[in-house]
Amino acid sequence: MYDMKALYQAKSVADAVALRLAHPEAQIIAGGSDVLVQMREGKRAGVELISIYGLDELRGVTLEDDGTLCIGSLTSFSHITRDPLIQQHIPVLGEAVDQVGGPQIRNIGTIGGNTCNGVTSADSASTLFAYDAVIELTGPEGVRRVPIQDFYIRAGKVDIREGEIQTAIRISRESYERTFGHYIKYAMRNAMDIATLGTSVNVRLSPDGKTVERARVAFGVAGPVPLRAETAERLAEGKPVSEETAEAFAQAVKEDINPRDSWRAARDFRMHIAVESARRAFIEAVNRAGGAL
Amino acid sequence: MSKSVGKSVVRVDAYEKATGRAKYTDDLCDRSALVVKICHSTIAHGFVKSIDTTQAEAIPGVVRVLTCFDVPDHPFPTAGHPWSTDPHHQDVADRMLLNRHVRYYGDEVAVVIAEDEVAAVQGVRALKVEYEELPFVLDVQKAMEEGAPQIHEEYPQNILAHTDIRRGDYAKASQEPGLIKVEGWYDTPTVQHCHIENHGCFAYMEAGRVVVVSSTQIPHIVRRVVGQALGIPWGKVRLIKPYIGGGFGNKQDALYEPLCAWCSTMVGGRLVKLECTREETFVSNRVRHAIRTHIISWVRPDGTLVARKFEAFSNQGAYASHGHGVVAKGMGAFPQLYPCDNLECDCWSVFTNRPAAGAMRGYGIPQAMFAGESHIDDICKAIGMTPLEFRRKNLMPVGYTDGFSKNELYSDTFNQCMDKGMAAIDYQRKFEAYRNQTGPIRRGVGLAVFWYNTAVWPISLESSSCRMVVNQDGSLQFQTGETEIGQGCDTAYSQMVADAVGVPLSDVHVVSTQDTDVTPYGTGAYASRQTYIGGFSIMQTAIALRERILNIAHEQTRMPVSNLDLVDGQIIRKSDGRVLKSLGDLAMESLYSLEHSQHITAETTAQIKSNAYSFGCSFAEVEVDIPMCKVKLLNIVNVHDCGTLINPALAEAQVHGGMSMAIGYGLSEELKFDEKTGKPLNNNLLDYKLSTFMDHPTLQAAFVENAEPTSPYGTKALGEPPACSGAPAIRNAILNATGMAIDCCPITPHVLYRKFKEAGLITD
Repeated sequence: MYDMKALYQAKSVADAVALRLAHPEAQIIAGGSDVLVQMREGKRAGVELISIYGLDELRGVTLEDDGTLCIGSLTSFSHITRDPLIQQHIPVLGEAVDQVGGPQIRNIGTIGGNTCNGVTSADSASTLFAYDAVIELTGPEGVRRVPIQDFYIRAGKVDIREGEIQTAIRISRESYERTFGHYIKYAMRNAMDIATLGTSVNVRLSPDGKTVERARVAFGVAGPVPLRAETAERLAEGKPVSEETAEAFAQAVKEDINPRDSWRAARDFRMHIAVESARRAFIEAVNRAGGAL
Repeated sequence: MSKSVGKSVVRVDAYEKATGRAKYTDDLCDRSALVVKICHSTIAHGFVKSIDTTQAEAIPGVVRVLTCFDVPDHPFPTAGHPWSTDPHHQDVADRMLLNRHVRYYGDEVAVVIAEDEVAAVQGVRALKVEYEELPFVLDVQKAMEEGAPQIHEEYPQNILAHTDIRRGDYAKASQEPGLIKVEGWYDTPTVQHCHIENHGCFAYMEAGRVVVVSSTQIPHIVRRVVGQALGIPWGKVRLIKPYIGGGFGNKQDALYEPLCAWCSTMVGGRLVKLECTREETFVSNRVRHAIRTHIISWVRPDGTLVARKFEAFSNQGAYASHGHGVVAKGMGAFPQLYPCDNLECDCWSVFTNRPAAGAMRGYGIPQAMFAGESHIDDICKAIGMTPLEFRRKNLMPVGYTDGFSKNELYSDTFNQCMDKGMAAIDYQRKFEAYRNQTGPIRRGVGLAVFWYNTAVWPISLESSSCRMVVNQDGSLQFQTGETEIGQGCDTAYSQMVADAVGVPLSDVHVVSTQDTDVTPYGTGAYASRQTYIGGFSIMQTAIALRERILNIAHEQTRMPVSNLDLVDGQIIRKSDGRVLKSLGDLAMESLYSLEHSQHITAETTAQIKSNAYSFGCSFAEVEVDIPMCKVKLLNIVNVHDCGTLINPALAEAQVHGGMSMAIGYGLSEELKFDEKTGKPLNNNLLDYKLSTFMDHPTLQAAFVENAEPTSPYGTKALGEPPACSGAPAIRNAILNATGMAIDCCPITPHVLYRKFKEAGLITD
């Protein structure tokens, strides 16, 4: 039994925007795997809810003419994992979201909810950061697009404005083409867990597989919001594919990450795991790209 | 005769449970019930000065608010032990229904009774509780220091109890020249049972009595505790126990039944229900005692144990509950498992401002085995002996008899179990192959044995009652006071009844529900006693029932009783094996006879004055990823000698469940507390790392069947033993893999990170 004041069910995106304007205090709910938990904990007890879960137009993955991958915000984790476009162009995202919770959560949980919740541990977020995803929001003024790095304002707070709902997550062709990625979820168990640290690396190698043209690495739980380790990225760029590059890349992530000390894990432990994860994810990404270390 | 015992028959409740038809406590509660929600303290220690209920009472739907200032002055004990008529052996009565003196973060201070859950929860949030805070203490040894916060006035230095064992002369014996001293401190965590069904109960009044339906392991005991807590005669309480979704010892305590019953009496006897949330279950039910153990062994280079010291500090938490029995059981195993002539053993149960520790699967033995079996491998490392060789040399020998319990080790159980486990995991080859590895990923194998005994005799009462009633068609119902809590005793009992009476299993109907108005007395599910203890009353009652049946058969067939038998539901003339009539025909005629109508029934209470050792071992194989500070469990096998198996498939399932608990205990589970406030940090199933099946390899269970001579069915404990040796086996496998002797569980990545860094295995 949930303590809710009212539930408004949106019939279309336009209707959702109208409901948002009519009930500015109301909480948007999609799959509910975060919102209902928070309500039960008392954090959002007694709220009004606007459910957008019935908006099928926000489900599914499409490839636009310019090659942009467009993921509808209500696409569930399990659909993303099984989507042919994701599997073809950015399989690491499918692999990352396949590590969320358990099967039931992956069926009900959506990628839009995962990002709008604003938490650093979201399994989708580090990969989306590593691919410079763009968040699409629809509001009374129409569509607004925000780079994911700007969308996250602080822990638990994202840039959704009055009357807006998140409608899609976009990844440009330039960002994903010829890249190979690997995600390492470091958690205390192999299922039903949140990340102690999430590490997503992707690389683009020279056609001969001997040089790193581009490397990207993003972390979850290495700071209050997901973040990129750009020092490491710059360092790897143009370097030969080698154990030394992997090691230097891994060590360099320490320049940009800032995990906190908490009862869940100590800062020095998270730093250690971040370096080791970056090294392993880099090597695996290179292997997938056909490079030989 | 088709024998049922020893066969893997399908569980008698399988269909009901698999289809969702089986009714659990909440399924049985009428929708009209008022909902009780508890207001828990938000400080670890102090006094409630006042509670402002005004706002809560104004919430629509709130019916009644009751606080710690309203409760009757009847302190009561909660432990699920049989009552003792000797006041010196009674459990500590340190509980009130609601508490002014709060002793842990989560103690009960008030309740809100409302028409629905939302109103009740809103009511609890609207209560304004004012506290006078006192200093608190979470650590067991700090609680024993001079000047530590006093948690119960009657217990100086917070020591609930201290007991010891002395044998020979430890001080003198340890002076022998050439001895090697091995010393270790071993810490085990606070963990919770995590049964699927949270505890819940509902209560109402009927004809001047209070009826409580509860998810409990011990209906007859809880009935007594409700009577004590409410200050009413025990006959005014009726306790009903339907199917329950697991207990593992947590429900071997009176939990919220007394509070729920009292709430009903305070709203005119209306139906009220109280269901724990998972968060409450973690903190405000019971937990496993965290025990810190100090062991010193003086050993000759050939592996002879000359003198040993054992000290165990048991973190009791805020209330006595099962109290000292838990650590005392663990200490009791120490001199027996590896006999040694010179011993100094002490154990203390100490109150702290943590959740109350009670019974949990293994009852002190998982803690004692983690410390004891880790220490054995530390000895082996120190003297250069293999873990197997040392155990073969020093473990309890065949014929060993304990002076107190009179338990005897009749067979070469340990060697038989170890041989079987070794073969299953290819232990010896791997142990050698895995020594002295280098590199980031290393493998190891480990072994640990365990000591366990069955039931509670001679410390407490052991008796069991059974009733059997024959139907017109020759089928029969039976019931006992011992409870089905998911472990399968209804099925094992049905098999026993079928064989002992002489009817097919399909003609045996178990009355699964215990209702204290109807069910014969039995103390319930604990101490791995069900199959052993229940076996006595089933056998004895079956003999009485057969006697009645054969007497009636004599009346009906005119054959002498001495020439009659009941086999497979048929009355047989023994001399020629002729079937004279079916039990159905006999029962029909007996019941409706115009000359001498009898309904055929028997009921007896069995006196059990014995107990039985139930031993075994675990073997584990791990892969340690040193840079990632992670342990992957590759293989684990448990081998048990629990006597003759009643139902092999159920026995195997029982072992799997215990192994899963042992894996969590060894690698991931721990309830954590904020040092600054005493607040529990991870009392939910996300942050408390209960292991999942994704964290398990294929669980292997194997058995050695040495029939137990004291049991009518040759059986002995299997409920708790599977949880006892897995964690130290994993710990010892990590030692084999890395050379690192870890002195605590769970062995999480956090623990390994510190250890590996300290040892220089990893650098930052």
